[in-house]
Amino acid sequence: MALDSKVPEGPIKDKWTDYKNHINLVNPANKRHIDIIVVGTGLAGGSAAATLAELGYNVKAFAYQDSPRRAHSIAAQGGINAAKNYQGDGDSNYRLFYDTVKGGDYRSREANVHRLAEVSGNIIDQCVAQGVPFARDYGGLLDNRSFGGVLVSRTFYAKGQTGQQLLLGAYSAMNRQIARGKIEMFNRHEMLDVVKIGGKARGIIARNLITGEIERHSAHAVVIATGGYGNVYFLSTNAMGSNATAAWKIHKKGAYFANPCFTQIHPTCIPRSGDYQSKLTLMSESLRNDGRIWVPAKIEDAKAIQQGKLKPTDIAEADRDYYLERRYPAFGNLVPRDVASRAAKERCDAGYGVNATGEAVYLDFASAIERYGKEQAKIHNITNATPEKIYELGQKIVEEKYGNLFQMYEKIVDENPYKTPMMIYPATHYTMGGVWVDYNLMTTVEGLYCIGEANFSDHGANRLGASALMQGLADGYFVLPYTIGDYLSHDIRTGKIPTNTPEFDEVEKEVKDRIDFFINNKGTKSVDYFHKKLGKVMWDKVGMSRNAQGLTEAMAEIKAIREEFWKEVKVPGSANELNPELEKAGRVADFLELGELFAKDALNRAESCGGHFREESVELDGEQKGEAKRDDVNFAYVAAWEYKGEPADAVLHKEELEFKDIELKQRSYK
Amino acid sequence: MNLTLRIWRQKDSSAKGKMVDYKVTDISEHMSFLEMMDVLNEQLVNSGEEPVAFDHDCREGICGMCSLYINGEAHGPDRGITTCQLHMRMFKDGDTITIEPWRAAAFPVIKDLIVDRMAFERIQHAGGYISVNTSGNTQDANSLPISKHAADEAMDAATCIGCGACVATCKNSSAMLFVGAKVSQYALLPQGQVEAADRVRNMVAQMDLEGFGNCTNTGACEIECPKGISLDNIARMNREFIKANVKG
Ligand SMILES: Cc1cc2nc3c(=O)[nH]c(=O)nc-3n(C[C@H](O)[C@H](O)[C@H](O)COP(=O)(O)OP(=O)(O)OC[C@H]3O[C@@H](n4cnc5c(N)ncnc54)[C@H](O)[C@@H]3O)c2cc1C
Ligand code: SF4
Ligand code: FES
Repeated sequence: MALDSKVPEGPIKDKWTDYKNHINLVNPANKRHIDIIVVGTGLAGGSAAATLAELGYNVKAFAYQDSPRRAHSIAAQGGINAAKNYQGDGDSNYRLFYDTVKGGDYRSREANVHRLAEVSGNIIDQCVAQGVPFARDYGGLLDNRSFGGVLVSRTFYAKGQTGQQLLLGAYSAMNRQIARGKIEMFNRHEMLDVVKIGGKARGIIARNLITGEIERHSAHAVVIATGGYGNVYFLSTNAMGSNATAAWKIHKKGAYFANPCFTQIHPTCIPRSGDYQSKLTLMSESLRNDGRIWVPAKIEDAKAIQQGKLKPTDIAEADRDYYLERRYPAFGNLVPRDVASRAAKERCDAGYGVNATGEAVYLDFASAIERYGKEQAKIHNITNATPEKIYELGQKIVEEKYGNLFQMYEKIVDENPYKTPMMIYPATHYTMGGVWVDYNLMTTVEGLYCIGEANFSDHGANRLGASALMQGLADGYFVLPYTIGDYLSHDIRTGKIPTNTPEFDEVEKEVKDRIDFFINNKGTKSVDYFHKKLGKVMWDKVGMSRNAQGLTEAMAEIKAIREEFWKEVKVPGSANELNPELEKAGRVADFLELGELFAKDALNRAESCGGHFREESVELDGEQKGEAKRDDVNFAYVAAWEYKGEPADAVLHKEELEFKDIELKQRSYK
Repeated sequence: MNLTLRIWRQKDSSAKGKMVDYKVTDISEHMSFLEMMDVLNEQLVNSGEEPVAFDHDCREGICGMCSLYINGEAHGPDRGITTCQLHMRMFKDGDTITIEPWRAAAFPVIKDLIVDRMAFERIQHAGGYISVNTSGNTQDANSLPISKHAADEAMDAATCIGCGACVATCKNSSAMLFVGAKVSQYALLPQGQVEAADRVRNMVAQMDLEGFGNCTNTGACEIECPKGISLDNIARMNREFIKANVKG
């Protein structure tokens, strides 16, 4: 099947407006006769469910947690972007569009990104109206901060809990519709497959996680909003339950999977401390606004620190290497995530890491505390302030800005980050790849949509900070409600979709057979055993930097782990009860397939690009020496994979990317 | 560290539960409490037993999913944290640790350490929102200035993660801290004023219907709340409630 992105004609700034003016609308009386399934109730699914219900459709929403409020979006710390130009620092829709395309290393679809920038301002208005308590300045107006990869201050935030507050906003909008009976909420339910009738998505098979019952649900359209697949690495900043199951199952039923190798490694996470570790914790990127990143300049100092013989505060200013400020003077500590992550790895690989494992760098707030302290002393007219007083005043400001993050760090590491610099290291965080969708957010299966982190469209090969929340809410509140209406306008006479059809029978049987297999398999190894094994291959060979040989090996190794899994996996308990091991088994089975496709995609992409760093593709000379080398002649495309059984046999379809409004250039942050 | 764990096991909501003892060895003090539970579960799976079911997801103190009543305290012996943020350095080699689910009539046990917190959901459905369309045709966000103080206070109330520790720790199983936090957030913001009276009446009515007890100002909830939600929110809810009823 040829890929048709369905991007409307016309100048980029008019595309979305023209599109909205010409789509078919569904008469409000007819919306009552149309059912929509929304799987996932994070920012994307929650906002979509609320808005579709508000418009009058009957919505059935699904989530594996016990409440939509617990979706993983809750964990987002730093903020959400919007081109409001409240700071008067030159921001505009165009600039947000430009930064996002450039930040994504020119691998996203221009038209989608422009639309995202256009609706971004509206998101803030909407959320404020819903009672989201964004940070305010003393004049009562909204406050902003900046994030990596940009030179303006356009990030709106609610302390270090922006995702929580935005999600609670969407959740409250959902609650209003649940109370009206327009959303039927299925908590603790997991979608295990999609049902197609006549080529169109018409329902899902879900498992009630409390009773184990397998349920059939039909609808005129199905929306997947199930988040990212970073847990394919086992250790990531994602929630433990985050998974690829819904996305992978629809891939197996005809939805193409795009750019699986574009995964974001976030530069500021708490380093891992041992083999028992179950997940990694993010320290928000907003910390880089004030924290300076460094390692010792002298290798002997680094060694002494690793052996616990020196403390960071023992290293004189002149003996510190603020490597981001050194390498990228224009952006300094605020370079994008891929650049910051690779630079940290480069220093640690060279032996300059600062913890026992040599896999950590410092994030230091001492100069920020001093700077703020001096400022405060001035403001409060304190003359002759002692260094202690300055420190105290400065610490208060830092505490106000990042207090909860500092507290979180101290709880985990057992060190006071106000006194000694934080240790950070890159970790898997966000997946830019995902289900391929067209401009309407529809997958290659008719009537099957995919929004939020689960789709691939807006972030290219790298995501700038504070853009995921923006995309989730844009998709859910402002984009999907239009585009899905155009599709559903053809369904007003269809009537209820029955579930007692052969199509439902067949998919339900597949789902039940798989569960029966897990419960009855007489294996010897736990699900986690396989998940950890997969994660190790992924991190070692498909991690922060990759090469052809490692990727080829990884594909074979993952296949072998998968084969062992299907022989040896052991799942205690029964199918007809709450059974967390059974839930995990299904998810890991899907990761074991996705992981191989991920490696295959990375192998195919013989260029370095955003979050994908191919060791064979590096700038050899000039100003950019040592930086990642993109290849626009051969790789300015989206790799959309079609399922053909084994992941190794997946067929590549290319969506050529066109850049008409932004010139393709080497990305420079120097 | 080597530890003895006394854990509440209960097959499902209708079964009778009981305490069962387990041993774990080689626990590092850097582990989180839930990682220690993972170690136990891996051990149980390997020996063919059913692992202990407990709720968790984000493992960084924000989703509100994890629970656990540890040695008689909601979220265990540390302050201002959830169970996933509790670290084993809080315990000593040889300790016996008692682990139970939240106990409250309104939170029935589903299995082992997992309870059903749907009562919280229904309270939110009853009014935990501002009735504004999600159309995006709202006024510009800065056309409604809100004092930093009010915004900060609303934010503090809005920080509640809906974990239920306040209920679990209260001798009356009162949900007033949770409901007070929600009511306060909207009561403090101008956007929330229009339906303030209906909101507080409906949420309080639903709270009573769910079988939560009454607040007798013991303050245990505030002490155990991982997000430091203040008792002021209960007072504010009471004021809002009286105001709503005076207005009729
Ligand atoms: C620690 C952390 C910090 C972050 N900070 C920021 C930030 O500051 N700014 C920013 O812009 N972005 C940030 N991000 C990224 C951002 O939070 C996510 O990309 C975004 O919230 C994803 O939203 P979503 O709605 O697509 O998915 P999610 O919020 O992950 O929601 C997924 C939903 O799908 C459900 N689900 C999954 N599988 C199934 C299934 N099979 N059946 C039924 N339901 C299912 C879940 O129950 C859940 O409701 C951060 C991410 C992390 C991990
Ligand atoms: S008030 Fe505190 S203890 Fe109660 S649910 Fe909210 S966060 Fe948990
Ligand atoms: S697991 Fe999310 S708060 Fe503990």
